[in-house]
Amino acid sequence: MDQPEKNPTIDKVNRGLKRRYRAERRFRILGATAILTALCFLFLLFFSIVSSGYKAFEKTFIQIEVFFDPAEFTNENLAAANFPGLIKASMNSMFPEVTSRKDKKDLYYLISPGASFQLMKQVKNNPALIGQKELIWVAANDDVDMLLKGNIDRTRPESERRISDKQLGWLDTLAHDGKIKKTFNTAFFTSGDSREPELAGIWGATCGSFYTLLITLSLSFPIGVAAAVYLEEFAPKNRWTDIIEVNINNLAAVPSIVYGLLGLAVFINFFGMPRSTPLVGGLVLTLMTLPIIIIASRASLKSVPPSIREAALGIGASKMQMVAHHVLPLALPGMLTGTIIGMAHALGETAPLLMVGMVAFIVDIPHGFTDPATVLPVQIYLWADSPERAFVAKTSAAIMVLLAFLFLMNAAAVLLRKRFEIKW
Amino acid sequence: MKKSILLASALFAGMFAGSSAQAAGRDYISIVGSSTVYPFSTVVAEQFGKTTNFKTPKIESTGTGGGFKLFCGGVGVEYPDISNASRAIKKSEFDTCQANGVKDIVEVKIGYDGIVFANSKKSAPLKLTRKDIFLALAKNVPDPKGGDKLVPNPYKTWKDIDPALPNEKIEVLGPPPTSGTRDAFVELTMETGATTFPFIHDMEKKDKNLFKATTQTIREDGAYIEAGENDNLIVQKLEANPHAVGIFGFSFLDQNADMIQGSIIENESPTFDNIASGKYPVSRPLFFYVKKAHVDVIPGIKEYLGEFTSEKAWGSEGYLADKGMIPMDKKERDLFAKQAKELKTLTMK
Repeated sequence: MDQPEKNPTIDKVNRGLKRRYRAERRFRILGATAILTALCFLFLLFFSIVSSGYKAFEKTFIQIEVFFDPAEFTNENLAAANFPGLIKASMNSMFPEVTSRKDKKDLYYLISPGASFQLMKQVKNNPALIGQKELIWVAANDDVDMLLKGNIDRTRPESERRISDKQLGWLDTLAHDGKIKKTFNTAFFTSGDSREPELAGIWGATCGSFYTLLITLSLSFPIGVAAAVYLEEFAPKNRWTDIIEVNINNLAAVPSIVYGLLGLAVFINFFGMPRSTPLVGGLVLTLMTLPIIIIASRASLKSVPPSIREAALGIGASKMQMVAHHVLPLALPGMLTGTIIGMAHALGETAPLLMVGMVAFIVDIPHGFTDPATVLPVQIYLWADSPERAFVAKTSAAIMVLLAFLFLMNAAAVLLRKRFEIKW
Repeated sequence: MKKSILLASALFAGMFAGSSAQAAGRDYISIVGSSTVYPFSTVVAEQFGKTTNFKTPKIESTGTGGGFKLFCGGVGVEYPDISNASRAIKKSEFDTCQANGVKDIVEVKIGYDGIVFANSKKSAPLKLTRKDIFLALAKNVPDPKGGDKLVPNPYKTWKDIDPALPNEKIEVLGPPPTSGTRDAFVELTMETGATTFPFIHDMEKKDKNLFKATTQTIREDGAYIEAGENDNLIVQKLEANPHAVGIFGFSFLDQNADMIQGSIIENESPTFDNIASGKYPVSRPLFFYVKKAHVDVIPGIKEYLGEFTSEKAWGSEGYLADKGMIPMDKKERDLFAKQAKELKTLTMK
């Protein structure tokens, strides 16, 4: 019975036990702290974005009574009609006491310059409006919007805010009469870029991103998968394939701006493709995502056990049949996951697009691969650089939309993996 | 697999065909150039696109130099039609244009932009002269002990330069060397400030290179911080650090008047009226350049020029003034509107 106590090894183990437990505890705490720090930063990021951006999803409208004076609509061309004049007349009738030239200018300033285009659209859709008096909600100027959202402090001295005391008075009158409302900002999701913050939207950039990614996906997925299948299943293992493999891994780590320069030299200068189009942007992003897709696809092909291949070949399938009927379907979920992650990467890329002219002010919504377009991250960059204060909220709102797309794509990748992944 | 490869190649070929067909005719104006002019030309472009039946022009913010590089690349739909610039075209750029077949260029001056020095409202406004700014930011300055000798910049605080200035560390946030704002700032303040010293003034005639190096080199010991091209970022940093001074365009001061204040330079504060009247010393003209050969090829160029040079756009009450551009006086506006209308070709010797 005494024997175990005399065993020197167990003594050694017992002596060290506490120390080893301590070391493990330390390591666990360290790991938990690391995760906690990362989460903290993530939370901080989301908090700062959401807190400054949520207000952009609301928009301020002012109700005005417009008389569509038939005298203004004598010209065939609707655009020739003086819509700003109609709005000014309506504001004048609302505030007849405003007479001086400067005050009138300040009064008209309350309404967004986009309001006249809104009226034009309404008349275009419904010509019967001409000659009618109509109550219409029009967008307020961005400074009014900022004031009503509390981003302009009315207690500051007049010289330090962009809304004067008189304008405050008019706005208070309007608010008192129930002629100011805040609603969900649908224009933000349906219109293209604008230099007026209250009119700017992300639909143009979203379309641009869509066309660009469509090109990228339709080129990089087939090429990437074909390259991976060839390298993994058919290519002989020799020095050349080794060199190719090393280079693919290197390409995955090349800074993305380099692909932009390459795209500028090859696609635009040599092939003469039009600048600033999803076509060129998509090709550049294809170059960028190809290595990622090839590497992911090869890993996923490698994980298919050799027994599958041997079994297929054993019952007389050709190599081509073995790959197409057995290996590829089994490896596809992994390949798709890699592709989606590559696409998410491409969605968030700006640097290479800078070189091919996609960092541009584009108002018209692109309708094809050769229309000039920008993409979501570029839109964020452009808004972040704009002097108007109201663009700060727009920038954060656009970031939220971009993040939502990235979440969706990554969730799709996880879902695909969960649903179709086969564990061997 | 085969099918998708076929499909991909078909798509690829289709796109090439599509792109070359598209390149044969472009139906929108392509504009490149200065990031300072960008906020103004975009407003005009948007207005133009919405009030006419033409497509909205596409505007890239490439910087003045980058814009000319593209603009002077040649004649043809793949090259831009208009280049915005925050300075006049250089002789070398003009020569490149000529060499590449861009013979006829129309220059249109559109207005002015003030460069402001500003700090947070939490501290007192600075009263500076251009000499102070030169002494605060140059790499080498005249020896404070006297004599016509240049020494590495010894000044640490504003008080060291002028006892009337606050006893605070010199900390200036400004644009990087690639920026047109930086070029203009160096030329308009540093150079003018330096020439108040007679021996530097004489240097210009004797040794041009030395003069340039003396007046245009900014110190690298941490007093001048390159804050990137994003002026909003500089404004935010000023708000966080009340002791720092920032350098940026007037429109950012205009938009953030509740947080920052412009420094008074040679007794003039950077207000709209002072810049417009030319009293405020640090302002520069803005331009755009039109390729005459494109005028009848790309639809809408003439109309775009018309919109830009109309009183409702660049006039003293126009919408560009609302965006922070400082308009020219009526006489100058009439002159340039006329030149734009006649498409008067720029000559350079």
